[in-house]
Parts: sequence; C-alpha cells; structure tokens
Amino acid sequence: MRKFIHDFHVVENRDLNPGHFVLTLKPDVELTPIFPGQFTEVRVDGSANTFLRRPLSIHDVDYKANTVTLLVQKKGDGTNRLASMKYGETVNLVYPLGNCFHIGSSGERALLVGGGCGVAPLLYLGKVLAKSGIHVTTLMGARTEEYIMEAELYKRYGELLITTEDGKAGTKGYVIHHEIWRERNFSFDRVYTCGPDPMMKAVARLAARHHVPCEVSLEQTMACGVGACLCCVVETNEGNKCTCTDGPVFDPNNLINWL
Amino acid sequence: MKPSLEVKIHNLVLKNPVMTASGTFGYGPEFEDFFDPSTLGGIFVKGTTGKLRQGNPYPRMAETPMGMLNAVGLQNKGVDGFINDIYPRIKHYHTNLIVNVSGSTIEEYIEVAEKINSLDHVPAIELNISCPNVKEGGMAFGTSCPSAAAVTRAVREVYQKTLIVKLSPNVTSIAEIAQAVEGEGADAVSVINTLLGMAINAETRRPVLSTVTGGLSGPAIKPVALRMVWQTANAIKIPVIGLGGIMTASDAIEFILAGATAVQVGTANFIDPAVCPKIIEGIEDYLIRHGIDNIKSLISGLNIN
Repeated sequence: MRKFIHDFHVVENRDLNPGHFVLTLKPDVELTPIFPGQFTEVRVDGSANTFLRRPLSIHDVDYKANTVTLLVQKKGDGTNRLASMKYGETVNLVYPLGNCFHIGSSGERALLVGGGCGVAPLLYLGKVLAKSGIHVTTLMGARTEEYIMEAELYKRYGELLITTEDGKAGTKGYVIHHEIWRERNFSFDRVYTCGPDPMMKAVARLAARHHVPCEVSLEQTMACGVGACLCCVVETNEGNKCTCTDGPVFDPNNLINWL
Repeated sequence: MKPSLEVKIHNLVLKNPVMTASGTFGYGPEFEDFFDPSTLGGIFVKGTTGKLRQGNPYPRMAETPMGMLNAVGLQNKGVDGFINDIYPRIKHYHTNLIVNVSGSTIEEYIEVAEKINSLDHVPAIELNISCPNVKEGGMAFGTSCPSAAAVTRAVREVYQKTLIVKLSPNVTSIAEIAQAVEGEGADAVSVINTLLGMAINAETRRPVLSTVTGGLSGPAIKPVALRMVWQTANAIKIPVIGLGGIMTASDAIEFILAGATAVQVGTANFIDPAVCPKIIEGIEDYLIRHGIDNIKSLISGLNIN
C-alpha cells in the first residue's frame, strides 16, 4: 500500500479528560485508503524539544468528510504541543503506516479489548468489523470513570463493556477481571487488543485459554516509521522484527515471552 | 543554463553530491513511495557483516534535543543475505550503490569486502571502522591510527574498486586517522559517524538504551561534523564525504564549503522521508542564485579572511 506525506488541517481538537484529546484532521487531497490498526507519523512543529515524528494510531477515518481522527495521550512536549493545536492549523503526516488487523468473516463474534489510550485503534476497527457483518463487543478498561473515552461512539458498532480500577463505573478491576472471560460467558471467535504490554499479555493468554486467535497492537519507541532505522524492534520467533512495518499488529504466538 | 551538480569520488561519478547515509535509508525500497532513489548521487546501504546479526536488545533509540541516540548494533541479514535477497531488488537503481562493510575482526571485513567485490552494480564499499554500538570491532578499529591503517590495508589488498573509509569522531585527532587510512590506499573518507553519547531516565534512574551508550546523530552534531570535515579536508588529498546532521540544502552547502566533495543525509530521512530531492533542488537553487555553474568550484570554498 502506497504511503504519502500530506499536510492536514485541524478540523477539531477536543479534550476528553485531563490526559487525552481527539484531533480531527483533513488533508487538501483525497484520503488514501486506511485499514484498521494502521498508524501515522506526525511531525510536531513549534516544539523545541521534539525532534522526531510521533507515531500515533488512527482512531477513526471518515471518507465522506475526508478526515482522520487521532486519539492522543498527553505524554510529553510533542503530544502537549499537538494538544494545543487550534482549528485551521497545519500538521504534516506520513501515512498510512504498518500492517493492519485481520478482518474475519461475516457472522463472526469479535471481542475488542482496550486499556487506557490503547482503545484508540479499536474504534475504527469496530466500525470496519461491524460493516463486515461481524458482531462487535468492546471491552474498555479505564483508570476511573473520567477516563472512559467516547463510550457513545464505541456503542454505535456493538456492545460496550467497561472496567474501572475503583469500580465506580462498570466492573471493578482490570479488563481481565471482567466476567465476559468466564467460560460460560465467552462466545467469541477472535480477540483484538491494544494497551499496555502487561494487559495485552494477560489478554493474549486468556484468548489462548479459550482457544481463539488473538491479535495484539504494539507500541515501541520509533524513529522512521518505514522500516529503515530498525529502532522499534520486537523479538519474534523469526528474529527481531520492526513494529513499524512488520507490525504494529502481531500474533502473540510469534512474540517471544508473550504466552 | 542549469548548473552542473556532478562530482567525482575517485572512480565514482555522482550525478549530484547528495547520498543517503548507511542505516538511515534501509536499502532504498523503503523510500520508493516518496521519491525515486535513482535521483540520488548514491545510496550507502545498511552496515553489512559476515553473518546475520540480530543487533542489540530493545530499547535502541532515545530522542534528544535536535537529535537522537541509536544503539541498533548492526542488525542485518549478513553479506550472503544481502547478495541473495536484497541486491537483486536494488541493482537496477541508476545511482551508486555503496555497501557499508562492518566486522568484528579484520578477517570478517575481508570476507565481506571480497564477496561484495563480485557484485557488478556495487562500485564502492564504505569501510565502517566507527560503529559505536558493537562490543567487538567497529569503533575499536577506528580510534587508533595503527588499527585503522591495518584494517584499511587488509581490505585494500582484496578490494579493487573504490574504497571509502567511514571515520569515527570519537578520537583526539580525526585528521591523523584520515592520514593513516589515506596512507594505506583508501580512495575517500566519510566524516563523521555518530558521536558516543548516553541518555538517562531520571525518574527510573536507569539508562534509556539497553546498551547504556549509543551513537548521537542529527542537527545536534552538525557543528562538530563541520569542524571535523574542515580539519580532515585540510589534512588529506583524497575526497572527503561530509555527514552529520544535514537537514537542508544550506547544511549541505556548508559541508561542501568546509571541504566535502559530497555529502550524506542520514537522520533527516526519518523526519522527512522526501528530504533528499528537496536538498538536491535546494543546492541547484543556491548555485543559480550565486551564479555558480559548477558545484566543484564550491568545494573547500570557505572564505576565512
């Protein structure tokens, strides 16, 4: 799939909570096809300490409006600069990058498990799955009620289950503590997950216990995003692989020390 | 009339002085979506060793102010992997393909150089005696005159085409190392490889890189690189290829004024994958703006007085 470098204009910049925001971006040209799980490398201008592009998940794509949406966690100077962007400002993207989640066949039941900012790629995934006739259940793990992000949007494509660490909303605990994982409740054909590594490892093990395929979306420190610098490697059964080009979506069976 | 951008490095004719630095451009296909690699003066492909190498453990990279540290550690498919899997996919490029040859022992450098010598579409090698990220060999060869001379001499005996030696900045006098490799028959030198550095996470009190130290690149090192290119060019007769933090055409011109015959663009490829054609175009614009019809007249054109 061909990659592009395009300038995008900020159409909307919306705060979700103190740590996260959603940027909706529109290019002057027509968007190229983007698949769920792919990411973009965003150049951050006007931030003295930000040298490299920021690899960010594609949260949503709207071909009719010709926009892409990024759900971003404020982590440092670069993402804080992006958080301050105003309507009409320009940001440069290299996209679409990486591989994508596999879409099963119509009638399948899919469980999408996201933790924290890891829910970002699961919205567009849910949208595409639902369009393909797949039953979508999203399990979202948030620190507190305040950090449950865009629940209404996820509900458009299927059922939404929630866990919070204090239990004030949804089930108390982490995503792996939800009753959906119990033998009598679990009726899925495939699991997709994105979030912190320990969470994804636990989810991948649960999926393995239920004998269903699982795909995990990794985040690694990255420079080029196109497979040239070899910085974002992950250990696999076939040696070191680049998260940017061989991933970010991997089968945990191929990752060393994951299952 | 369009100015001439053509330069020569020993037997290599470069259509323009802009090449890509080893380890920053993959093998070329990684960037084909952004521009045609054949428009470059040359491509220095990823460091190639005798055997396949997995490189260092993750994390291998740390962002720094105006630069980055890397500790990739020469991850590559090995010379046979390059010849069988990669070379067939890039040999059609209409540019100079230059293989960066790395090793832990002199024997390994010889083995790789001999095998690359047989490839018709590789007119030159760049001897990497300056990688800071491997335990054995690498930079150890490039930081003393006798060892730099020894590895250059050994490879010169088996390699007949253009031999470029990539020098380490982690030395007291880069000019003396350059003279040592020139004395053993090197046809050109690349100046500079990365500067040894490190990054610490204050919160965790741990090093950021798995190897603790790594190689610093990007605009942060440009002033050091310029100084070293200038010192080296003043000390030797063979051409100097300048690199270190070049992001723009103006940066490239500065290296040429300091004494570089050609330049390599490295870390900038990560920020703008289409930066090289912009630099080539920018150099042409500069020549037109200054009424210069041939870039060669700019080499070592620094006006000190």
